[in-house]
Amino acid sequence: MSAVTQVDPAIPAGSTRALEARRPLGDRSFHILALGCGLLVLVILVLIAITTSQQASSWFSAEGFKIFTNNWNPGANQFGALAFLYGTAITAVIALILAVPVSIGIALLLTEVVPRQWARPIVYVVDLLAVVPSVVWGLWGILVFAPWLQHIYTHIASGVSGVPVLGPLFGQPVDGASYFTAGIILAFMITPIVTSLSREVIATVPAIDKEGAYALGATRWEMIRGAVWPHSQGGVVGAVMLGLGRAMGETIAVALVIGSSPEITSHLFAPGYNMPSVIANQFGEATGVFRAGLMGLGVLLFVFTIIINMAARGIVERSARRHRGA
Amino acid sequence: MAVTAEPVKADLREPAGWRRTKSRIATALMVLSFVVVIIPLGFVLYTVIAKGASVVGWSFWTSGTIPPNVLPLGTGGMGAAILGTLEITALATVMAVPLGVLGAVYINEYGGKGALASVVRFMADVMTGVPSIVMGLFIFSIWVVHFGFSGLAGAFALGCLMLPIVIRSSEEMLKLVPNSLREGSYALGATKARVTLTVVLPAAIGGIVSGALLAVARAAGETAPLLFCILTVFTPNYNPFHGPDTALPLQIFSNASSPFVGAQGRGWGAALTLIAIAFILMIAARLITARFVRYSR
Repeated sequence: MSAVTQVDPAIPAGSTRALEARRPLGDRSFHILALGCGLLVLVILVLIAITTSQQASSWFSAEGFKIFTNNWNPGANQFGALAFLYGTAITAVIALILAVPVSIGIALLLTEVVPRQWARPIVYVVDLLAVVPSVVWGLWGILVFAPWLQHIYTHIASGVSGVPVLGPLFGQPVDGASYFTAGIILAFMITPIVTSLSREVIATVPAIDKEGAYALGATRWEMIRGAVWPHSQGGVVGAVMLGLGRAMGETIAVALVIGSSPEITSHLFAPGYNMPSVIANQFGEATGVFRAGLMGLGVLLFVFTIIINMAARGIVERSARRHRGA
Repeated sequence: MAVTAEPVKADLREPAGWRRTKSRIATALMVLSFVVVIIPLGFVLYTVIAKGASVVGWSFWTSGTIPPNVLPLGTGGMGAAILGTLEITALATVMAVPLGVLGAVYINEYGGKGALASVVRFMADVMTGVPSIVMGLFIFSIWVVHFGFSGLAGAFALGCLMLPIVIRSSEEMLKLVPNSLREGSYALGATKARVTLTVVLPAAIGGIVSGALLAVARAAGETAPLLFCILTVFTPNYNPFHGPDTALPLQIFSNASSPFVGAQGRGWGAALTLIAIAFILMIAARLITARFVRYSR
C-alpha cells in the first residue's frame, strides 16, 4: 500500500480512477446490485414487449390488417378486433366524462376549501375506493348495481325513444350489463388516481398568486379560475390521461359487467366487450391463432397504455417542475 | 377603540350578489363531488358486509373450496383459496420488496440527478400504469409456456405489479432522510454501502414498510394477472412452486358469474375476506406511517 502514502493531500487527486479502484469490493458490488435492481424495471418493460409480441406474432401475420375489422369469430378462425378497440374507447370515455369533474372537484375541495386537518380524512376515504379490489367492484357491479341500473336504463330508454341524437345513444337496454355500467364502475376505480394527481398539481400553485387574486377582491371561484386553473391546467390534463390509461387496462370488474358481446353499436346501454375483458374471458379456452389474437390484444393494450402513460407522466412532471422551479 | 370598530361593519371581504352566489355554487359542487364518491363506496362496503358477514366464519375460511355450483350456502369454503392467496402474495412480496427497495436506493443514493436515474424513475412511474392483465400475459409467455402453471408464476406476475410501486414509495421515503445523517457517517469514514445499509435505510424503514404493505394490499386483490398464471383449481395446493393453484380473487371471479345463490353467497364471503385482508394491510400501513412520522420529528 505504498501508493496510498504517496498521495499528497494538497494536490487534487490526479486520477479519480485510482480512488475508485480503492473502494472496497463490498461497496462496489452493492453499487452494482442497486444499479441492477434499478435497471430491472427497464429490463421487464423490454421483456414484456418482446415476449408478448412473439406469442402474438401468428395473429399479426395471419390476419394482417384484418385485425382491424369487426369480425371476431373464433369458430370460423376469424379474428378481427375492431369491436374490442371500440368498446375500450367507449368505456374509457364514459369513465373519464364521469370521473374527471368529480376528481377535479375533490382536488379543489382538498386544496382550496377545507382546512388542512379535514383534508387527511377525505383523502383516506377517496383512497378507499382504490383499496376495494377490482373483482369486488365486479361482483357488486353484476349482482347489485347492474340489476338496479337496469330499471333506470329502461326508464331513460323509453323517455328518449325516437329523439334524434339521444334515441340511438340511450335506447334498448338488454339487461344491466352494458358499456355504460362498465363506464360507471371504471369511473369509481379511476377517481382516486385522478384526484390524487390533480391535487398534487394544484398544490404547486404558488400561494402568492392565490393571495394576489383574493387581494384584488376575487371570490373563491374567481380565484380558482384566475390563479389556480391557468397554473394547473397542463398537469391536470396529464392526470386525466393517467386515468385514461387505468380505465383502458382495468380488467376484471369490466369483464363481469360489460355484457360480453362483441358488437359495435351506438347504444351505450347495450352489452359490449373491450380488450382486457375479452382476454380475461376467452384466454383459458384459446389455442393457436385464437390465443395469439388475444395475446396480440394484450400487446396493443400494452403499447397504448405505455404511450399514454409516458405522455401523461411527462406532462405532470414538466408542469410540476415548472412551478416548483419558478 | 371605537374609531377602529366603525369600518368593520362594511364587510369588504365578501363581495355581494351574483359573484358571491356563483362562488358558493362552485364550493357546493366541490362538496357534492365528494358526496358522489362516498355513496358508491358506502354502498359497496355495506353490501359486501351485509351479504358476506353471515357467510364468513372459521369453517368458511378453512373448509375445502368447491366449484361455483348449485350446492347451498354452508357447504364448502375458501380454505384452498386463502392458502393460495397467502402463498402467492408472500412469494411476490419476498421477490418484489427487496428488489424494489434496492432499486430505490439506486435512484436516490447512487443515481441522484443523473440521466439514468431519471430514466429509471420515469419508467417505474410508467410501469405502474401497465395494466395488470398485461403482466399476466407477460408471465404466461415467458414462464408458463415453458414451465407450466404454478403459484410461483402468479407470484412473478404480482411481483412485477408491486415492483414499481415499491420503488416509487421507497424512493420518496429515502428522499426524506436528512443529508446530515449521510454526511455524518461519511465523515466517520464509512463507505457508501455501509452508510446506506446501516444509516439511511434504518432511518427510512417505517415509510418503506408502509409503502410495501400498500403494494401488498394492491397485489392481494389482483385477479387478472393470476388468471393465466395459476389457473383456478378447487383443491388446496401446498406447493406453490408446482402445479395449478387458486386464490381468493379467482374464486370471487368464478362465483360472480354464477346464477346459483349458494355460489354467489360464497362469492360475497370471499369478497368480505379479501376486503378485510386489504383493509388490515392498509390500516397497518397507516399506523406505521403515523408512528414513523412522529418518530422522525
